[in-house]
Amino acid sequence: MKPKVLILRTAGTNCDLETAFAFENVGAEAERHHINRLSEGSVKLDDYHILAIPGGFSYGDDVHAGKILAVEMMAGFAGQLSAFVDAGKLIIGICNGFQVLVKAGLLPGNGNGQSVTLTDNNSNKYEDRWVYLSCETDRCVFIKPGEVIEVPVAHAEGKFVTKDRETLENLEENGQVVFRYVMPDSSPANCSYPQNPNGSVDDVAGICDPTGRILGMMPHPERNIFSYHHPRWTRGEAKEEGDGVRIFRNAVQYVKENLL
Amino acid sequence: MPYQIEISMKPEFPDALGLDVLHSIRDFGIGGVETVRTVQLYLVEGNLAEADAGRIANELLADPVVHDVVVAEAGGTKPGGGVYVVQVTRRPGVMDPVEESVKKGARDMGFELSRVRTGRRFLLTGSVSEDELTLIGKRVLANDVIEDVAFGAEPLAFPSETPRYEFRRVDVPLLDADDDALMALSHNRLWLNLEEMKTIQDYYKKLGRNPTDAELETIAQTWSEHCVHKTFRGKILYNDRQIDSLLKTYIAKVTEDLDKPWCLSVFEDNAGVIGFDEEDAVCFKVETHNHPSALEPYGGAGTGIGGVIRDPLGTGLGARPIANTDIFCFGNVDYPLDKLPKGTLHPVRIMKGVVSGVRDYGNRMGIPTVNGAVLFDERYVGNPLVYCGTVGIMPRKCVTKQPKAGDHVLLVGGRTGRDGIHGVTFASGELTDESERVSGGAVQIGDPITEKKMVDTIIQARDRGLYNAITDCGGGGLSSAVGEMGEKLGVEVDLENVPLKYQGLEAWEIWISEAQERMILSVPQDKIDEIMEVFAAEHVEATVIGRFTGTNRLILRYDGNVLCDLDMEFLHNGVPQLERVAIWKKPENPEPKRPLAVNLGPELHGLLSDHTIASKEWVVRQYDHEVQGASAIKPLVGVNNDGPGDAAVVAPKYGNKRGVVISSGINPFYSDVDPYAMAASVIDEALRNLIAVGGSLERCAILDNFSWGNPNKADRLGALVRTCMACYDIAKGFGVPFISGKDSLNNEYAVGDTTIVIPGTLLISAISVIEDVTRCITMDLKGAGNKLYIIGLTKNELGGSAYFRKHGFVGNNAPGVDVKTAKPAFDRLAAAINKGVVKSCHDLSEGGLAVAAAEMAFAGNIGAALDLSKVPAAADARNDETLCFSESNSRFLVEVTPDSASAFESAMGDSVFAEIGETKSTPKLTVTAIDGSTCIDEELSDLKESWIKPLAW
Repeated sequence: MKPKVLILRTAGTNCDLETAFAFENVGAEAERHHINRLSEGSVKLDDYHILAIPGGFSYGDDVHAGKILAVEMMAGFAGQLSAFVDAGKLIIGICNGFQVLVKAGLLPGNGNGQSVTLTDNNSNKYEDRWVYLSCETDRCVFIKPGEVIEVPVAHAEGKFVTKDRETLENLEENGQVVFRYVMPDSSPANCSYPQNPNGSVDDVAGICDPTGRILGMMPHPERNIFSYHHPRWTRGEAKEEGDGVRIFRNAVQYVKENLL
Repeated sequence: MPYQIEISMKPEFPDALGLDVLHSIRDFGIGGVETVRTVQLYLVEGNLAEADAGRIANELLADPVVHDVVVAEAGGTKPGGGVYVVQVTRRPGVMDPVEESVKKGARDMGFELSRVRTGRRFLLTGSVSEDELTLIGKRVLANDVIEDVAFGAEPLAFPSETPRYEFRRVDVPLLDADDDALMALSHNRLWLNLEEMKTIQDYYKKLGRNPTDAELETIAQTWSEHCVHKTFRGKILYNDRQIDSLLKTYIAKVTEDLDKPWCLSVFEDNAGVIGFDEEDAVCFKVETHNHPSALEPYGGAGTGIGGVIRDPLGTGLGARPIANTDIFCFGNVDYPLDKLPKGTLHPVRIMKGVVSGVRDYGNRMGIPTVNGAVLFDERYVGNPLVYCGTVGIMPRKCVTKQPKAGDHVLLVGGRTGRDGIHGVTFASGELTDESERVSGGAVQIGDPITEKKMVDTIIQARDRGLYNAITDCGGGGLSSAVGEMGEKLGVEVDLENVPLKYQGLEAWEIWISEAQERMILSVPQDKIDEIMEVFAAEHVEATVIGRFTGTNRLILRYDGNVLCDLDMEFLHNGVPQLERVAIWKKPENPEPKRPLAVNLGPELHGLLSDHTIASKEWVVRQYDHEVQGASAIKPLVGVNNDGPGDAAVVAPKYGNKRGVVISSGINPFYSDVDPYAMAASVIDEALRNLIAVGGSLERCAILDNFSWGNPNKADRLGALVRTCMACYDIAKGFGVPFISGKDSLNNEYAVGDTTIVIPGTLLISAISVIEDVTRCITMDLKGAGNKLYIIGLTKNELGGSAYFRKHGFVGNNAPGVDVKTAKPAFDRLAAAINKGVVKSCHDLSEGGLAVAAAEMAFAGNIGAALDLSKVPAAADARNDETLCFSESNSRFLVEVTPDSASAFESAMGDSVFAEIGETKSTPKLTVTAIDGSTCIDEELSDLKESWIKPLAW
């Protein structure tokens, strides 16, 4: 049996096809479903091992990014979601999906509602550019700590901030900081632009919940699957396989080892 | 009871919008403003207790981490003293999709809101005069065309509701009208000429009755230049030569003569279609949205991209969009504010608005914007040009469509409002300083999420075979879409069934409204229930509004009353063929004394800083160019991901290396010398760009988009004829068919008794299908110690060049195209690239060899040394300035490793090419003059700085 992935989409979701492919590429079975199918009950979260909330502009990012979908999810499926997580299953939110998870209070998921957010980039505009990420923690099942991966960001509201310093320190102490933006030589970006493309505090690019099974990240691993996705592959700088593959493979591997 | 909820950033977080606005106010020349803070306003109404409103504010509208929230009763708060307050709200009838999202969010929380209204408050500090504040309000913060401005903290209010329209038949007195009365009727409403008005009059004389308002509007719209391309289909007497249709004689003739079996659908559908592989086809369409973008750049450009996305979606049975392109022409960004023609917006304002309009629509649609260009010339000040293109992919079996008698007319997508009434007829007239007042209704605001939902569901319905035909509601609205789909059948429509954004639209307004995000489908009876379920499942509105009949009549009803009963044959074929006279005379421009400069280093820096040549990274990065995960060659390339790529490549089927190359060519400056040379050059440029990354002419098609002046003026039309002649000669010579095109005429701006005419501007967009995207290359130099070759002959062709422009000249010798030598050279270079013997390749275009070499060098951060004495050149081009900056066509600069040199040289055969230098580890560009001295010796970092700086906003 293959690990089953639910790619959740709604009005304005736009990275669902490539996210589905990224999972299928590493041996999962991915299904794309509209959130209305969950609401009416024809699709059940329980039937899947991984829930992926892809990038895009859910509901146009009206009000602020990811908010309307976050409210819809928590109003409609809070119970299903917590049962899903309690069953040891995985959730990944990429870009808009990360914004949704944060605004739904699922990330960082320390029980105090929404304590962090993703807000307007310091550059004050939408930007598509490639970044280097260091994988920071051994808590998160989607990554292997110590690796550095290359992936693109594409967003206007991706600056990670916490409501206070203590929240940030707690995340770090708990090993919930999953990715940091780093320089090409892997040294800390220290908020330098454009290596840290949005001004995120402490260069945070992605976080997980205390279980390490809910991951949110602003960059797009599903856009670095093939060598020719790399912006400098014609310069011989790409690997045979895009770095983004690892994240999907780790998730699928985890499901195979723990849930099947 | 309504509550006014006010949301602002906490003081410790930057207010992005406020900072942006502050920047724009300073751009506008007003220096007194010190800070700008913004407050997002919501007025919500429903059965709400104060605590409920508090929950909506805190749990839905605000982000608790960064926002401060105030919940007030209707009327809102009053800011304290010391700040200037400006409030902006959308005009009644201009919809804000946020309002629906707020209702949805509140509903999910358990609150039913009856009405929501949004607005924005700006709090300015500093010192500004009352006049300046008015300017800031009306020109920076809001656009009069779509928004109301209030000075002071006015309470938000719901617009008053208009009652539903009650049918009233309006017959227009046409039968007895004399010529003057006919033209008075046409003026500013129908935009038809006297002969056309008389043709309509004759038709109604035969019927023995007057037309209704709806019938006249329908005819005017169907016969508009925008819809029937009267100029391109008309008769033209050109220098004693009779031409019957420019389209048939030149453009479509190329396609007909070449007769490529992979051209699956050309010039007949909303986009041209070519074969991709055994299973799929790709289609491509480029449109202009010039006039609306001049008045409301953000909305105009956004609906421009929104509109062209619906073209592939409305081609055959529908294609899924996979890539967007956009090419803009603006007035100079340093245009003096006080010289700005009355009624125009400043080019910077237009450019920022257009870029963000395309960005917000394209990014939200999840379609990568992969290719484009931005050009500047003062003649675009009143008429900016906004070209948007979309490539789509569809199964081959979906290439054709056929509505059937008895099918339902299904309207899918957005609701209909008064947006864009008279858009196409407006687009068929000239702009004047009155346009803003007269044509405000022609500007539309897009709602990309409604369009995205529509695309998602239509593709599902297509794959389940639930409809027989589809087309988009674009210019001309339902009239155009339903009218064209029913042309061979006849159709009946009950207009009261069309869902409206708000009440009060008259029946004819519903019929011709150009409200966005709508498609028309022809659905058989036995599929109607299933297709309605597909749309309902994702909350996409779909409504049966009529039936295709088989009676060949267009019947419109409102509440059962017939307001239009027209013969389809007259409607679609009754328009008289235009007959016009065209003249073209080669202008005699002053020819500069040469050389214009002896010190070529500073000249090169100057050219790199020419806004048309300078880096467009500020624009490109704001577009998502990688969504859909199919990007193989990105628009920005090189060691720092910021070099100017020649063309984009996407591989749309995951795990399959087959791809499409997308490129463009545009150079209106040559039109000032000879429109024939202009057209030849831009075809050559589009193909060069495509070849440079690894495309080939083998399965390559092109699109033509003309933006021109008033074709009633013989000189403008003469220039257009010459352009078309070149289109035939050069495209035929290269063996590339035209598959689709569009024209935008009357790009002239009249203020008082002066008229600004844009230079004749032809955009050529090219698409090429390639087998393996991993054979592609990019323009950045790859390593030191490699050989640099130039391909093609350099001639004394500086007419219309960037170099001459820099010195204030146009000149007389624009670049020509020798297609007989160019085609084999292109084919050989394509084969060499495909074999892997070329490391990098860049086409030589604006700024010539020196600019191309500089771009390749700084994009790769690899030095280059060139020797001008080795450049193959015509005898009269053998001087340093010409060799460096001439823009002769069909030339490339390529990098080849020493190991591959002999393979490369033999691949190029007897084409003109020569080794002219080598790459260096020292990061410098050095050029050796013909006499052996050094004429350019510049650090790459300095050259790059000159290129990056001008538009790094």
